[in-house]
Amino acid sequence: MENKVIKTGLPVKYVHKKIFWTDRRKEGFFGWLFLLPELIGILLLYLFPLIFSLVLSFSEWNLVGGLSSIHFAGFDNFLKLFQDEKVIMALKNNFLFTIFTVPIGMFLAIILAVIIHTKVYMSSYFKIAFFIPYISSIIAIGAVWSALFHPSLGPINQFLAGLGIENPPMWLASPKTSLISIIIITIWAGIGYQIIIYLSSLSSIPEELYEAASIDGASQLQQFFKITLPLLGPTNVFLFITLLIGSFKVFDLIAFLTQGGPNNSSTVIVFRIYEEGFQQFNMGYASAISWLLFIIVGIITLISWKLQKRFVHS
Amino acid sequence: MKKKLEISKILFTIGMLVLSFFFLVPLIWMMSAAFKFEKDVMVFPIQWIPKDWNLVENFKAVWMAEIPFYKFYFNSIKLATIQTLSTLIFSSMAAFAFSKLQFKGRDFVFALVLSFMIIPEQATLVPRFLLIKWLGLYNTHEGLILMGLFSIYFTFLMRQYMLGISNEYIEAAKLDGAGYFTIYWKLILPLCKPILATAGIIKFIWIWNDYQGPLIFLINKELYPITLGLQLFKDDFADNFAVLMMASLSAIVPLVIIFIIMQKQVIKGIALGGVKG
Repeated sequence: MENKVIKTGLPVKYVHKKIFWTDRRKEGFFGWLFLLPELIGILLLYLFPLIFSLVLSFSEWNLVGGLSSIHFAGFDNFLKLFQDEKVIMALKNNFLFTIFTVPIGMFLAIILAVIIHTKVYMSSYFKIAFFIPYISSIIAIGAVWSALFHPSLGPINQFLAGLGIENPPMWLASPKTSLISIIIITIWAGIGYQIIIYLSSLSSIPEELYEAASIDGASQLQQFFKITLPLLGPTNVFLFITLLIGSFKVFDLIAFLTQGGPNNSSTVIVFRIYEEGFQQFNMGYASAISWLLFIIVGIITLISWKLQKRFVHS
Repeated sequence: MKKKLEISKILFTIGMLVLSFFFLVPLIWMMSAAFKFEKDVMVFPIQWIPKDWNLVENFKAVWMAEIPFYKFYFNSIKLATIQTLSTLIFSSMAAFAFSKLQFKGRDFVFALVLSFMIIPEQATLVPRFLLIKWLGLYNTHEGLILMGLFSIYFTFLMRQYMLGISNEYIEAAKLDGAGYFTIYWKLILPLCKPILATAGIIKFIWIWNDYQGPLIFLINKELYPITLGLQLFKDDFADNFAVLMMASLSAIVPLVIIFIIMQKQVIKGIALGGVKG
């Protein structure tokens, strides 16, 4: 070391720095520096909450009692989950919600997208028209439908009465129809998104395929089933998964319009988390329900990664 | 042959026009109700074009209410602007490191970061609520903003975009003596304008439409964004649909304007990552 100092004639401090501060080290230092804000954020808002929520899910704790009232509860919360009628109801409703919104939405969207793509003039107008509800705040949309669905005065029921229907449905106000009302609003508000996704992948299908098919005498319907539908395969998988995961996270419309009611007829998993955690302040139990949601969404996501890989490779 | 096709196209267009009209009826009804006297809102058959206009009074009832609507507007704009800008900066910084800087452990950290996307936001509401409470940020805009300062998803999108930028630019800048901050700020960010614009618009719309976050992290009505403001109108004006529809119309209009002006970017952004999660 001393030799070097003599050779370069520079003070020891500088030489040390020069050796340590290589280009590679410098790049690494700046790499971590640029990552720092996001890594702190992930630690604080993803990793810590995840671990903390796991701890909470094994404890019984009501926030009102203060930190001292927290105690270990073992698997109690998880055992309670499967006897909780509201949770079972929520799971059932999430399931029904998915079964209705996802396939019906996709079916309608694919038809509308194909028509908008090739069969009409002014296609950009139609894009905008079907997309406006999606871009609008779902809360404002909910407010509009709460008026339209009004049981006695609402335009929908007045119209039905005008047709001579004597006992029109009570829509959001009845346990029988609350969930289906939410489903109708969801499909209506979400279809613009699905149309946009379909349109963007329809536009990447080469025109020549259709030209060649019509020269061979294939009908429009045959072209749809033999060309369009197979080529939309990956899009279908993508949309199906996205909508499936989204449907397990549904919350806004239900919290805004029905509060899960009447009689829990429209409650869903996320609303149960909200109810237990932020209305009853049962932080332990709310965390257990959160883990139920996490596991459901996690399983769907993992399966979807497998599926998408297969589609990319085939 | 050609002419026949044209006719079918016209017929389809007419059919779709009718369909799109029915599809938009709820919004048309909303507008028409917002312009009416309350007594005329639920009259059947519907007066699509109001006989008596009450636009000014309804507007006043919304915009000069006990907590005037412009407050909610201001809060929404504040929340959305800050979170959009910070997301663009933090996520693009991380994306820059993940795509353009070489260091040990980089790709492992990237995979780890991405894996957190699997966690649904709602599943960690309880611990995040407690965290915010303990930090003393419950019922403040700061707490809510903290939740949305960055986005893993946009980090991912921006990284993909930056991978497409040639490394030769960076080598040339290094030879000119530019430091990493200069390279990031003066070279990479300007080249990323398209993806920044797309991500920015989408993030802004997400925050503007966010209901769940404010519902849990805010209690003071003065701090409410538009979505919670609408909740107040729904509770307070349960029997006055004209006013509620004016409030809804007021909430929707800016987004529709943004959308029509920046259609291409919005559609591209939605196609990239439209579903909030």
